[in-house]
Amino acid sequence: MSTLRSPFPNIRSDEHLPDATTESPVNAPSSTAPDPQTAAPVILFDKVEKTYAGRRGQVPVTALSDISLAVPEGAIVGVIGRSGAGKSTLIRLVNGLERPSSGRVVVAGTDVAALSEKALRAERRSIGMIFQHFNLLARRTAYDNVALPLEIAGLARQEIKARVEPLLELVGLADKRERYPAELSGGQKQRVGIARALATRPRVLLSDEATSALDPETTGQILALLRKVNAELKLTVLLITHEMAVIKAVADRVAVIDGGRIVEEGATYDVFAHPRHATTRAFLSDLTGASLPPYVADRLKSEPGPGREALVRIVFTGDHATDPVLSRVSRLLGLDLNIIQAQVDEIAGKPFGVIVISVPGDAATLSAVTNAVERLNLDAEVLGYV
Amino acid sequence: MFDWTFGLLSPAMTDLIIEATKQTLYMVLVSGLLGTLVGLPLGVFLATSRSGELLAAPWLNGVLGLVVNAARSTPFIILVVAIIPFTRLVAGSSIGTNAAIVPLTVAAAPFIARLIEASVREVDQGLVEAARAMGAGPLQIITKVLLPEALPSITLALTLAVVSLLGYSAMVGAVGGGGLGDLGIRFGYQRFMPEVMATVVVVLILLVQGVQTLGDSLARRLDKRHRG
Repeated sequence: MSTLRSPFPNIRSDEHLPDATTESPVNAPSSTAPDPQTAAPVILFDKVEKTYAGRRGQVPVTALSDISLAVPEGAIVGVIGRSGAGKSTLIRLVNGLERPSSGRVVVAGTDVAALSEKALRAERRSIGMIFQHFNLLARRTAYDNVALPLEIAGLARQEIKARVEPLLELVGLADKRERYPAELSGGQKQRVGIARALATRPRVLLSDEATSALDPETTGQILALLRKVNAELKLTVLLITHEMAVIKAVADRVAVIDGGRIVEEGATYDVFAHPRHATTRAFLSDLTGASLPPYVADRLKSEPGPGREALVRIVFTGDHATDPVLSRVSRLLGLDLNIIQAQVDEIAGKPFGVIVISVPGDAATLSAVTNAVERLNLDAEVLGYV
Repeated sequence: MFDWTFGLLSPAMTDLIIEATKQTLYMVLVSGLLGTLVGLPLGVFLATSRSGELLAAPWLNGVLGLVVNAARSTPFIILVVAIIPFTRLVAGSSIGTNAAIVPLTVAAAPFIARLIEASVREVDQGLVEAARAMGAGPLQIITKVLLPEALPSITLALTLAVVSLLGYSAMVGAVGGGGLGDLGIRFGYQRFMPEVMATVVVVLILLVQGVQTLGDSLARRLDKRHRG
């Protein structure tokens, strides 16, 4: 199994990764991805709606409608959406920074939507949050930034010290404790952010586009750190992002949000293998080889024509991902199949491949090919004709 | 004794200038301190009490904003005269250096409040959100996030306020407040002693320069944003 194109080459070589994840691939669904049916949800959105009152004389703006989503204990769940899709609002409902217009947001058994602001403050200590722009205090050192939530919680100085030092150790910044944020790199700042979010020993970690301001290599390291804290601290993680690569790297489950609604939700592997919604496909296109090389895409027609070849995309999943499907189909039908594009990757620890082939464009041959592929329990999709 | 005026001024005049400098410093420092005592909380409140903010009280915010604007739009010399009854009530007299501190404070407080408001508003809202997410209450957000993060900017704001007070203090001669400005008018202008006027101006320039340098270096030392 070779990864032809991994956006985060470092994710597996990061020295901070725990043993559990270095042995097996980054995602180890068998051990870390609980079945949503059996594991009790730590976060539950129940028919949540969020409407912002419009300015005077204007119609109210609906940010979220009919959101129902369960985040199982110990899982990493990713919510992906374009900017303005409502994902920022969604994540802020969990710690009450935003209040739903209707519906329930249940965190560890408590409906946070029903809590008073004061009761929420106590609840927020069991919910850590990290941010795209880190939101570190510029006039506090790394140590003092991590100490801040503990000062707010009213812990004694000695107690704070006993908690902050292991956390800086955990995120690999023990030697930077006296540095100010301006003296740290983006990745180091986010590590401080993560340590700070963990200081109050939360059950849930909310990640608001935590890697969007980082370069791909640093993104990989930060995602590996999230994996590590998820595994070591049994921390449930809800993250929002606009990058499918982030979902692919860490999420056990994914929800796709578009226009304030969840349009698709499921185990990451299933969603990658069988995306149903157009938005999901669009997000997947540059990750799973669904986008054709330009010289092919430019000539692509939707109708068959004389002398045109059909482009068929075959998705290899699960047990069949490593089967020699092409040669089998080729032999079976006595056809020469031309490979236009191919990619083999690994998602949530399972092999995943996409291949685009061209076959003679007449209806009879085409249906013979797609039937043969589907008999092997694989998905075949006709993309068009060239 | 070393004659720092190079024989330009008589020893008596030198003493007068030293005395006036002390009066100016006294008035500026005390009114600056009192003005900050009132202006700081007022400014923080103005910065955090619009609707949807930490201490949301839009109605009170509006009223205080009006009062501050009214005080700030009154020319200082008119303010000095207009509040004489209040000055007499507070200082026991309407004449003298102590009495002059009252109008100076009344002028400084709203000015400082507006400066502090601007400084606090400059703090990244992301930090407020992060603090809320940690479970901080409004008071904790103000004392642990807004004020510490705004401190370099507040330092510069207070420096500006002190420099402005040095200018204002020249006008309290009108109520017998004394100070360098008063000396410059009475001796330099009314008695045609240009050397006194020049000395007063030079001393004021030195004071402003000193205050500004001190404020700048303090603010730079407090600011941790531009290192490494």
